[in-house]
Amino acid sequence: MTWVKRVGWRHLVLILIVLFALFPIAFVVSAAINPLGTLSSSELYPTGASFENFHKLFTDSRYPFVHWFVNSTLIALVSAFASVFISMCAAYAFSRMKFRGRRGGLLALMLIQMFPQFLAMVTIFMIFTTVTDLWPAFGFNEVWGLLVLYLGGALGVNTWLMKGFLDTVPRELDESATIDGASHAQAFFRVILPLVAPILAVTALLAFIGTINEFIFASFFLTDPESKTLAVGLYGMIAGDRNVNFGMFAAGSLLTAVPTVAVFLWLQKYIVNGLTAGAVKG
Amino acid sequence: MTTPSTSSVDSGGTQGAGSNGSPRPLPEQRRSRGRATTPAAPREITTGFLAGRVIALGLVAAIDLYAGPPLISGRHWAGVVILAAVSLVIAYVYLSKRHVPVKYLLPGTIFLIAFQVLPVLYTLTTAVTNFGDGHRGNKDEAIVAIQTSSLQQVANAPEYGLSPALDKSDHLVFLLVTTDAAGDRKVQVGTADGLKDLPGANVGLTGKVTEADGYTILNAGDAAGRAEEIGAFAVPTGQGAIKSSGLSRAVELKATKLYDAGCDCVTDVASGTKYTADESKGYFVGPNGDNLSQGWKVNVGLHNFARLVNDPAISGPFLGSFVWNIVFALSSVFFSFALGMICALALHSPRVRGTKLYRTLLILPYAMPSFAMLLVWRDMFNTDFGLINRVFGSHIDWLGQPMTARFALILVNMWLGFPYMFLVATGALQAIPRELTEASSIDGATAWQGFKRVTLPLLLVALSPLLISSFAYNFNNFNAVQFITKGGPFPPDNASSGATDLLITYTYRLAFGGSGAQFGFAAAISTIIFAIVATMSAIAFRRTRKLEEVYS
Repeated sequence: MTWVKRVGWRHLVLILIVLFALFPIAFVVSAAINPLGTLSSSELYPTGASFENFHKLFTDSRYPFVHWFVNSTLIALVSAFASVFISMCAAYAFSRMKFRGRRGGLLALMLIQMFPQFLAMVTIFMIFTTVTDLWPAFGFNEVWGLLVLYLGGALGVNTWLMKGFLDTVPRELDESATIDGASHAQAFFRVILPLVAPILAVTALLAFIGTINEFIFASFFLTDPESKTLAVGLYGMIAGDRNVNFGMFAAGSLLTAVPTVAVFLWLQKYIVNGLTAGAVKG
Repeated sequence: MTTPSTSSVDSGGTQGAGSNGSPRPLPEQRRSRGRATTPAAPREITTGFLAGRVIALGLVAAIDLYAGPPLISGRHWAGVVILAAVSLVIAYVYLSKRHVPVKYLLPGTIFLIAFQVLPVLYTLTTAVTNFGDGHRGNKDEAIVAIQTSSLQQVANAPEYGLSPALDKSDHLVFLLVTTDAAGDRKVQVGTADGLKDLPGANVGLTGKVTEADGYTILNAGDAAGRAEEIGAFAVPTGQGAIKSSGLSRAVELKATKLYDAGCDCVTDVASGTKYTADESKGYFVGPNGDNLSQGWKVNVGLHNFARLVNDPAISGPFLGSFVWNIVFALSSVFFSFALGMICALALHSPRVRGTKLYRTLLILPYAMPSFAMLLVWRDMFNTDFGLINRVFGSHIDWLGQPMTARFALILVNMWLGFPYMFLVATGALQAIPRELTEASSIDGATAWQGFKRVTLPLLLVALSPLLISSFAYNFNNFNAVQFITKGGPFPPDNASSGATDLLITYTYRLAFGGSGAQFGFAAAISTIIFAIVATMSAIAFRRTRKLEEVYS
């Protein structure tokens, strides 16, 4: 009785919540291997197993899934690394250097952080209409334009977080490197970056996931079938014929999930720090 | 972190027999950090130092070479000036030894200004215009559009044999052949600027130009490939334009609406009606108050904001969306925090086994791509095929009724959000000293009292900044609503504002919804969302400061 009272209820609660957490995922898995591939025949548990949906996903010429996958991965990887890098650079300046406008800059960033970039979607659309005319390689239907656009939001989102991390690294470490004759760049690249690498990995992972899921910009930016990202492409796949395409969609979702979930679980123990360490202290 | 092999490279300059290249210079930095005894000296010029500058200059040059020519050929002089100024700043900052902080801040700042600050400022200025479908360009463009769209074929208009061709700079032109009453052929070339005679061209049996100096005539296949371009091409003439009719014939069309600069009005040739320009509306308005559908962009002041208050078709739904928006954001944060905290509390005991497994399973919803899971949830709520109705044997139109759709949204958002709350609550719980909870239980508090009076307040203090950011995030949680309900269900009499619309999905539909883009109005609503989010964050951060003072 006391076991139930002390520990048992915990397991009961946790098992219930785990069931709640897992059942949509179980449904996706079961739908992905469902040989019939329709929404109406998909159950919570698999009723048969086949790779028919995966096969269709890679061969159906209406839905260039491989292109979407490459586009999404490319955009998300490059923008995750680039945005972490440029905000890390800024955070290094804010954390380690004294200069005029430092406080002002930090405050401005805090303010900008409150305004999500996508609120300006109307004018970004207008700006990129001009960009498409002038520099088509960075315009609509090109991943590079979208990438550059995402980098615009990087500084506002991550700098405070990164500065929080950097403030926890003892100054003596880079100061001693400087005394030894290292330049500011050497102290940054050789001393600071390796020390905060795990936390950078987590931030990059979160940025990666955020970019993979981004829909607003991608939806009006990429309208050619082959230039779409996974979010836009898979959305379109079941926008029209949702019952018939559901199996293919589930297979695509699963393939999208596998890499991120793997990295996520791998970095699990750093993630809590990544989420809390840089939180803006009020 | 020093590499032991570096010193050998220095002495072995000739190693690798046969390589006639100069020995790789030893990066200065490795040496100096390896030997801590060297005092800080004025830095020499190292390879790293040089490489950094070369890369910076190369990047600037590459950007200029790529971005410059289109700006110059398009005569965007302001753009040229900005590009030059930015290039100079970059070159100066990275070449000079001073301004070290700027070197680190510049890359992010450039992106920030170009793609966040400028768009936001531009949004504010767009919000006071009527920019949108029907008001896209300036007045001259509107006049051209009105005249072009009023082109009509009139009786006895000249007809031409048409050969679409490309000129030397690959621009589309029309090579045109007419035969007058006397049977004389006349060959002309029509460009976007007008008609010109074209002597010395060969005309074939079909009455079309087959060869002309300086022009490449498109064969049937190429012409078919450019059919759309050819169909849109118009050669202006005095009172109208020559347009293609099919790919081998062209006809002269006459404008039935003509602009007269003298009265600043457009006259309908057939009926004689005069439409006078109204600069406050950006339309040509007729005598009965009706207007031509093509207008131009004008400043409308605060009209877009006034519509939100004065126009009953907009103000009611807008207020409804606003209230729902707050309810949605609050309950998303509340429920996902509650569930996440319950998980964290249940796991927060040394007696529980399988912590790692539980944790891994619990964060799975957070690791899955949320856009896909949102779509999966939407289809689980499907009335006819959805899993939920099949499991419960019900036939509820979950997303078709306002209340169930709202319930579904909050449930789904809780599912997506609770793992994050679980992770941060676990972190915060571990930071609360055990003595505090133990002390309260020694003082005779029950577990519930201990939680309510000690643990919860401390958790809230630690997590309130995160809860506020989570609120701000959910306030604009576009994906959740767009993917599950698209803002619907919509009331029968109003297709523009649905029961689950957030302000952001409403804005999106105004701008890109397909039924006439209203960019100016959408920008006005964006501005209002800016204001709301900023105010709420400011108030909330003030409150948290108070909370911290109370509990610390």
